Amino acid sequence: MKRKKMSKKQKTYWSIIIPVILLFFVFNTWPMLNGFFYSLTNYKGYGTYEMVGMQNYIDLFQDTRVLKSYLFTFKYAICGTILVNVLSLVMALALNAKIRCKSALRGIYFVPNILGGLVIGYIFSYIFTYILPSLGELWNISWLQNSILSSPAYAWIGVLIVGVWQAVAMTTIIYISGLQTVPQDVYEASRIDGSSKWTEFWKVTFPLIIPFVSINLVLTTKNFMMVFDQILSLTGCGPAQSTESISFLIYKNGLDGGQFGFQSANAVIFFIVIVLFSIVQQQITSKKEEQL
Amino acid sequence: MKANTMSIKKGKRQGKEKTNWVLTIILILGTVTVFFPLYMAVVIAFKSPSEMTNSVEGALGLPSSWSFANFAEAMKVTDFWNSLGNSLLITVTTIILAILVYSLAGYVLGRTMSKHKGFKWIYLYLISGMFVPFAILMMPLVKETVALHLGNQLGVILLYIVFYMPMNVMLYAGYMKNVPVVLEEASQVDGASTWTTFWKVIFPMMKPMHATVAVLTALGTWNDVMTPLVIMSGTGINTLPIAQLNFQTQFGTNYNLAFASYILSLIPILVFYIICQKQIISGIANGAVKG
Repeated sequence: MKRKKMSKKQKTYWSIIIPVILLFFVFNTWPMLNGFFYSLTNYKGYGTYEMVGMQNYIDLFQDTRVLKSYLFTFKYAICGTILVNVLSLVMALALNAKIRCKSALRGIYFVPNILGGLVIGYIFSYIFTYILPSLGELWNISWLQNSILSSPAYAWIGVLIVGVWQAVAMTTIIYISGLQTVPQDVYEASRIDGSSKWTEFWKVTFPLIIPFVSINLVLTTKNFMMVFDQILSLTGCGPAQSTESISFLIYKNGLDGGQFGFQSANAVIFFIVIVLFSIVQQQITSKKEEQL
Repeated sequence: MKANTMSIKKGKRQGKEKTNWVLTIILILGTVTVFFPLYMAVVIAFKSPSEMTNSVEGALGLPSSWSFANFAEAMKVTDFWNSLGNSLLITVTTIILAILVYSLAGYVLGRTMSKHKGFKWIYLYLISGMFVPFAILMMPLVKETVALHLGNQLGVILLYIVFYMPMNVMLYAGYMKNVPVVLEEASQVDGASTWTTFWKVIFPMMKPMHATVAVLTALGTWNDVMTPLVIMSGTGINTLPIAQLNFQTQFGTNYNLAFASYILSLIPILVFYIICQKQIISGIANGAVKG
């Protein structure tokens, strides 16, 4: 009797999970396998194609535009991740301190996160192109007088500012919830020991919120590596392709530039890079946790 | 009330620590970084092009009259109501389907994966999708959705359901640890099927998770550019962000009109945020802590 019932339960379980797997396979695994396959061809996105083996991968490492996009993306992701996490920790400590209007302030500082990256990019693009240069003229500051977005050397900083402005909001909220998990008596103990606020943070608070640091590092790195919207609205990958991210290059040349096969190979490498990044980061932070 | 008693407790414990006014003032001044871009967008949206001189005051000063002409014009040019409708249709349908699909899958996997090898593998298979960047799926998906006649709103919705599946199934499956098995067994002893038990007992108990998943899905889909851009390109179906993108390429130089259009596209999500601010912030914190 009981056995029969169990099997009925199992049946229900399978009837739920099989359609979910199918859906996931059709729109995730299947296109990914297709991507691998196309990366071995010279497909342009239309017409006929041939298998070219590993040729795309060999060409990839000699293509200066591809290498440039990786350099930009890494530079952007590393600087972005560090800036966002440092700023967010400071913001979280401030917003978690004994201040007035706490919930209103937390609410306001979260606003950048709910606004779309594309429109925010357009708004900041106006600030960079018109407001800052005219302020530069008004106050006679020469480096402000030209738009940062039109300088091949510094345009990436403009994109970085916008990316950080939006990302800090989310990361701060996660750090605040981390700080709230630290029990108050831990602070009391450290205060009795007479340690300063600075040592208290590094010796007491920080080790206890390491899990949150690790979540935030993974999330920010991943989001910054996949930057797309801000590029589209701020620079359109210019000037001189100095702000072309990997996602943007794959989108642009893969779908419109007749490089379907070649950019598929690029996407495969990008995928491997993302996986490696995540694994390495998780390893580092989990080691730190063990030490506690 | 709660905050009040908490601060009293804190005050007692920490002795002399009082409200940090310096920090409060710094933080209040700091909100300029949030408000300035929005302020600028609003004042420019209300001005006429002739008011925009090349100076800072021309751009940042208050408009001489608060006319809604730019907004009316922007609505017409971007086909605002249509794009808004599409964005709403896609976001709301995705949220509803997301909650149903993920909660069911999370329930099954949360209950079975510790005992059953097969389900454990299925769980790991679904979770592994978290590492797959959209860039590798993008090109094949364009081909696939065209072949399946899904280069439309439905296609975008299905793709969202799949993209957000790994993280959210993990959240739901993890949450199942908080739902005691005893409750299910009690309902099954009464003769209810697994299916009925899920809807009557489990689903209502997952409420905090539903809120988190709804918030994360809503923010992700509403602001997403890439998926509708590649999947619905050439069909003439716009979401709000896509409408801004098209608008920019056509009328980008008329900043007053452009900013009116941006403001219009930001209003719905801002209103949503103001209404559900508490749920949104706690939902996100909740998601991060569990994930």
